[in-house]
Amino acid sequence: MTFVSDQNERPLYSSADVEDYFALLKPRVMSLVIFTAIVGLLVAPGAVHPLIGFTAILCIAIGAGASGALNMWYDADIDAIMSRTVNRPIPAGKVTKQEALAFGLVLSAFSVLTLGLLVNWVAAGLLAFTIFFYAVIYTMWLKRWTPQNIVIGGAAGSFPPMIGWAAVTGTITIESVILFLIIFLWTPPHFWALALYKKGDYQEAGIPMLPNVKGERATQNQILIYSLLLAAVALAPALLGFASYAYGAAAALLSAGFVFYAAILWRKDDLVEMKKAARKLFAFSLVYLFAIFLVLAADMGATKVLGSMI
Amino acid sequence: MSELTPEQTEELKKRRRKRSIALALVLGALAILFYAVTIVKIGPAIFQRPL
Repeated sequence: MTFVSDQNERPLYSSADVEDYFALLKPRVMSLVIFTAIVGLLVAPGAVHPLIGFTAILCIAIGAGASGALNMWYDADIDAIMSRTVNRPIPAGKVTKQEALAFGLVLSAFSVLTLGLLVNWVAAGLLAFTIFFYAVIYTMWLKRWTPQNIVIGGAAGSFPPMIGWAAVTGTITIESVILFLIIFLWTPPHFWALALYKKGDYQEAGIPMLPNVKGERATQNQILIYSLLLAAVALAPALLGFASYAYGAAAALLSAGFVFYAAILWRKDDLVEMKKAARKLFAFSLVYLFAIFLVLAADMGATKVLGSMI
Repeated sequence: MSELTPEQTEELKKRRRKRSIALALVLGALAILFYAVTIVKIGPAIFQRPL
């Protein structure tokens, strides 16, 4: 907490409320992280003590929040331009940049060390890498530099189920890599759909999103390609035999829906129609990811519970 | 500082107090967490100490 600052125009006392600090953690992103990490923890073979599991989820959530704070520290200049982000604590003038930086660094260190000491160091290493990847590789480097920013940056958001898995097993395996890939391939169509109907915002902020750089047509094409890849990977757990065919059927149905919305978007040339289709795909993509992981957890959870009862 | 009205100073103090309480709660929870996990990890062996 910075009470004294070397810049004269800065207030001498921090005026931040506790809620402002909480907002730095990006609670809405955090909820998705918590959800996917819990699924990773549940579907991993074996079991951990509930308190250890709780500790792992807590550390992953705090680590994700810390990278959110670091992102807001670095991106304060562009957050102040876009309507979607202008009310974040730093552009709103509630928290200073230095406070956000200190907050993010302290929480990063504490979440990684706590996860390592109380759970295991494979999970802690993955969490540290995730924070580094999101704060440095994505935020500082890729986001403002390449229209492929979210493809690679999306990897940061794909790690939580893998960390949850590693918290139980202490390993990285093909199954946890597939959980990673599902989110990784889901991210580009999800964000490009958003970028299609928020193109103006990103234009003003000078962020090289795909629609701004390569145009709508190229974005629509890429969304369709990623949707097909996503559909294939979403089926992999059933095909590789670590989830049941019931999961496979549900995944096939959901993926068909995803590809359907992507195909509708792909066919639109009229700008207004296209933005409408992009909104629909964006909304469905949220339902899709939530449903896929929920079904996976229910499926593998049921198998585990049944197995332990026999 | 000199431009702040007494009300503003009061408000800042109130917020600082809120932040301090939040930090104390977080640190307390962290200590309890480490204690609880230690017990869980050592398990029943915690009673098997040489007399």
